Amino acid sequence: MSSEENTHVEVIPADKAKIMQIWKVAGYLAVLTAIEFIFAFGMDAGIVRTWIFIGMTIVKAFFIVGEFMHLRHEAKTLIWSILIPTIFVIWLIIALIYEGGAIFDARMAW
Amino acid sequence: MATATTAINQQENVWDGGKSPVNASYGKLMMWFFLLSDAFSFSGLLITYGMIRYSHAAYAGTVDAFTFSNAYWPIPEKVFEAVPFLHGISLPLVFVGIMTFILIMSSVTMVLAVEAGQRMDKAAVVKWMLWTIIGGLTFLGCQAWEWSHFIHGTDTATLGDIVVNGKWVENFEIFGANLSFNQYGPPDFAALFFFITGFHGTHVLSGVVLNFIVYYNAFTGVYEKRGHYEMVEKVGLYWHFVDLVWVFVFTFFYLV
Repeated sequence: MSSEENTHVEVIPADKAKIMQIWKVAGYLAVLTAIEFIFAFGMDAGIVRTWIFIGMTIVKAFFIVGEFMHLRHEAKTLIWSILIPTIFVIWLIIALIYEGGAIFDARMAW
Repeated sequence: MATATTAINQQENVWDGGKSPVNASYGKLMMWFFLLSDAFSFSGLLITYGMIRYSHAAYAGTVDAFTFSNAYWPIPEKVFEAVPFLHGISLPLVFVGIMTFILIMSSVTMVLAVEAGQRMDKAAVVKWMLWTIIGGLTFLGCQAWEWSHFIHGTDTATLGDIVVNGKWVENFEIFGANLSFNQYGPPDFAALFFFITGFHGTHVLSGVVLNFIVYYNAFTGVYEKRGHYEMVEKVGLYWHFVDLVWVFVFTFFYLV
């Protein structure tokens, strides 16, 4: 065996289905963003529209974290160790949005 | 004796050592936990935005009749409506939509680089890493333009009562924005814009630097000699996270 053969690295040919899957996820993200734009201009601002935006953002986050970052295909332990701590964020949202409203009321009462 | 040990080993828990319980390398696991902590930082910033916005009055009139005033929080689509080379034309959220698209595309090329790395395909890794870097730099360029436009402001000023050179001036003509006052709305609006998009932009910048290091190492054959392209996966995780954060910034800063 010559040294040239020794340093040669075997390149595995690309799996077409896997690459198609990547572009499919990219397509979902693009379509979801396009739908967000439709809602941004076709619907009046309000609680319902805000929740539609939040819902679509979570779906997009699911695709990015699950497929692009590959978390969906990792060990269960890893998935839960990343997802469970984020529940603290939910509490912070509730607490600070409530606090924001309270500050607004205090300002109005001046 | 040896068979007895093997029999005990089979009953052992995955957490008893000797193997990776989460089936991920140390580096990858630590990247995940770093990103989790970084997610808390960005959550803190975006939730602060929500809180400060709720502590200000909301604009009550119709979208068409909207004018800038520091008496209420602005409608984002009325603030971000400029596109380079199309001066004076109102194109709400178009430029930020383009930026979103650029960042998502650079995330896609990153996945393709990771996929090529798993196949030991050096040429493809180098190619996709280069596209990812180009995407990142384009995004940064767009952000630089957006900041510049935000700071310099529109053609018409907003009248506001502010302190100029130590003196209280009423109906001062305000153009653009700085950390003390801005023409778009309450002072906090511009401060949060600079803070949140700036913190994200810093992440993009460091991501581009990391991507470049990975690109350089892949190009010079460091990973091929090492026998694996795991570095591409680790930096890939960071880059996707930057994209993920932008998705949230886009929704909570520009859409809602």
